[in-house]
Amino acid sequence: MQPVHSRRPRVTLDMVMWVFTRVSGAAIVVIALIGFFGAMLMGARTQMDLPTLMRWTFFPNPNHVVNSNIPDVAIGWSGPFWQTLQILIVLFGATHGLNGLRAVLEDHFRGPRILPAIRAVLFVVWLLVMAIAVAVVLAD
Amino acid sequence: MQNLKVIAQGARYRGGNPMWSWLLHRVTGVGMVLFVVAHITASFLTQRFGSGAGMAINAVYESPAFQLVMYFCVIYHALNGLRVIILDIRPSLMRFQRETLWLQWLTFVPIYALAVLLILLRAASGE
Repeated sequence: MQPVHSRRPRVTLDMVMWVFTRVSGAAIVVIALIGFFGAMLMGARTQMDLPTLMRWTFFPNPNHVVNSNIPDVAIGWSGPFWQTLQILIVLFGATHGLNGLRAVLEDHFRGPRILPAIRAVLFVVWLLVMAIAVAVVLAD
Repeated sequence: MQNLKVIAQGARYRGGNPMWSWLLHRVTGVGMVLFVVAHITASFLTQRFGSGAGMAINAVYESPAFQLVMYFCVIYHALNGLRVIILDIRPSLMRFQRETLWLQWLTFVPIYALAVLLILLRAASGE
């Protein structure tokens, strides 16, 4: 008989995504707070309205703030720091959101044929979102 | 018919406040996914093809009513998610689950009230 501690449970997709959901959820909150307070430090209070500030908070891309009173978005509102945050929030956000959608759908649809179909569709959507996001972020 | 039976069973299940917070977490999460998909699609259509379809989708989520719903989704989902993370890290706090829910709503109300005020002021000024 094997001792209890050597019986290793098989790692499943759901176990990995359970941990990922918590880590990415906390990371999204932190990235959004960096975007929000970063914008405030750069003068957002007098330079933009609330919708513009929120667009920047959740995706710090210069195109999101170009229609504001910022004199030049090339100064401070672009560059590798904000590009890194954009990539990170899309990676965490798209994976967290589409995996959440997978969890909800798999609770409501059961069956040997529909489950792989759901996963295939969500995987293609995930790849598309990531590809579009990288193209948008690197375009600046 | 099958769905109605499931809904009837769900309504009889007395999970109380934790059950409703779980359900609201799902609804607000799916709401945000649908919004982000619509937003990416609209931007893509407008930028690549200059199409009216993109602008039509834009008009929907720029309306004050949609913003009130979306701010609710974001603030609720973030606060409830943080509460779940804290309870997962410290399972002994599960004894105080009721209190954590109260604390969550106490945090939610001022943040959401500020958002509602700003959205309504903006809508009233006709910008």
